Amino acid sequence: MRTVECDVAVVGAGPAGLAAAARAKQCGAGRVILMDRDRELGGILNQCIHNGFGLQLLSQELTGPEYAEHFICEAHDAGVETMLDTMVLEVTRGRHIVAVNRNEGLMQIDAKAVVLAMGARERNRGGVIIPGMRPAGVFTAGAAQRFVNMEGYMPGKRIVVLGSGDIGLIMARRLTWEGAKVEAVLEILPFPSGLTRNIVQCLNDQGIPLYLSHTVVDIHGEERVRGVTVARVDGDLRPIPGTEWDIECDTLLLSVGLIPENELTRDVGGELDPVTGGPVVTDEMETSTPGIFACGNVVHIHDLVDNVTREAWTAGEGAARLVSGQQPGGATIRTRAGDGVRYVVPQILHLDSLASRDVRLFMRATRPAERVQVEAVVGGEVVFSKFERVVRPAEMVVLTIPRGKVDPGKVSPNMAIPTTVSPDHAEGGPQPELVVRITPRDGDTAAEGGRKA
Amino acid sequence: MSRETSELTCIVCPVGCRLRATVEDGQLVEVQGNSCKRGAAYALDELCAPKRTVTSTVRVDGGFLPLVPVRTSEPVPKDKISQVLLDIARIKVKAPVRIHQVVAADVAGTGIDIIASRSMGRANAPRAE
Repeated sequence: MRTVECDVAVVGAGPAGLAAAARAKQCGAGRVILMDRDRELGGILNQCIHNGFGLQLLSQELTGPEYAEHFICEAHDAGVETMLDTMVLEVTRGRHIVAVNRNEGLMQIDAKAVVLAMGARERNRGGVIIPGMRPAGVFTAGAAQRFVNMEGYMPGKRIVVLGSGDIGLIMARRLTWEGAKVEAVLEILPFPSGLTRNIVQCLNDQGIPLYLSHTVVDIHGEERVRGVTVARVDGDLRPIPGTEWDIECDTLLLSVGLIPENELTRDVGGELDPVTGGPVVTDEMETSTPGIFACGNVVHIHDLVDNVTREAWTAGEGAARLVSGQQPGGATIRTRAGDGVRYVVPQILHLDSLASRDVRLFMRATRPAERVQVEAVVGGEVVFSKFERVVRPAEMVVLTIPRGKVDPGKVSPNMAIPTTVSPDHAEGGPQPELVVRITPRDGDTAAEGGRKA
Repeated sequence: MSRETSELTCIVCPVGCRLRATVEDGQLVEVQGNSCKRGAAYALDELCAPKRTVTSTVRVDGGFLPLVPVRTSEPVPKDKISQVLLDIARIKVKAPVRIHQVVAADVAGTGIDIIASRSMGRANAPRAE
């Protein structure tokens, strides 16, 4: 078995892996190897042929393949080595990777730093447990996207989409534009799961009805889907008897969420966050296993690729710093999701990082809200906050804490904990935490926001 | 004189600002709720001459994949989208394809081109020769 040595090995060549590999190399890492099981670089961006990528980062509105090509060129120019059609079977705590491909058979890659960038998988019918027959014609939205946009097949002619995730919305428009009839999009929650702009341009523009608080309770058809029964749900998301009706269709697409793909992460044995489903990471995007970094959808599900790239740059810089022996050490504090916040990434912050640079926190709101303050609280004191006109669970909230806002001297020594130890949530004592919360802005009038054209 | 106020969701970027725009005789007189100036331009376009970028695929001969993704080089008027899609359905290109290569000029009489969204090489070359 061949053994390859490198400074940084990156698993997964989607937007996260591409940006992490390029940035590690640009920051001075020696040999950087980027591996992917697919036949080409770019990951799922290659099938996302719609526009809307890169607005924040590149100030232009690109399609997925264009965004991918930009970062593929950057990785090549930086001198990243790539291994395609290569399946990573195992990553060890000691940063030995076992991989296999058709040309070389089994091989071992020994790296000083590993970046996990495996992305996510779609939740499927088993994951949402829809009763009914098991005919052909039930697809995840992403599988249908690959058929239509890369392989040249239509999954069906009369479509119902379950779930209002972005991929389902994008596919509703795409299939309409290819001549199919999309009968309805159903969302079990009382608010959409996808971006507002996608509700507008994919559903409203095409005249496709969106039914909130509705779900599929039965699938009909023996060989092929013939239709679905849908029903309204109550506050506990249970179907309300008597509200059912049938929609004739030949295809049901599922856009019911993504699950971070963390089989390899679990092998490594690091701590996972029960809410995100991904590894717990530091502000360097290092997992709780030293030398193993992670970024992108493997850590938490993003709605904008721009944020994936930003996060991957951080991971690439972290990996390069580790290789050159310049990693930040010292005390850390935990972040915690407070009121109105479902989760926060990263979960661990180095006090040194907070003192010396801006630290970006990604979070999701638990429910839609208007005119709120997003606050970072340490020891009962708001250290930084920003105003948001609207927060929605579908749209990630970013809070960048400017350097120096958290004074390491003010964080008492017993509040700070080593990276590898779980937080002590004992009541009463000082909490070793930075709590992020979303609170209504009190006594606010509609003064802000209005601008003359 | 016609004066009309509409509620819109800006789709220029994923922030999705909710706009309240007033148009008088084809002129935008006031817009509220936008967090950047692109929102005002969007409101004017959306109320007076709505446009969308169209993305699709075209068949490719001898390519790494059977299809190559394409888009309009600029947003096209919304009422031209069906014709643009019909025109795109008739296009066939030969590999290799360069990113942003024009695969059809002046689609549906809009003066706007259809361009490739990625590079595609021949059978064993994903993006280059």
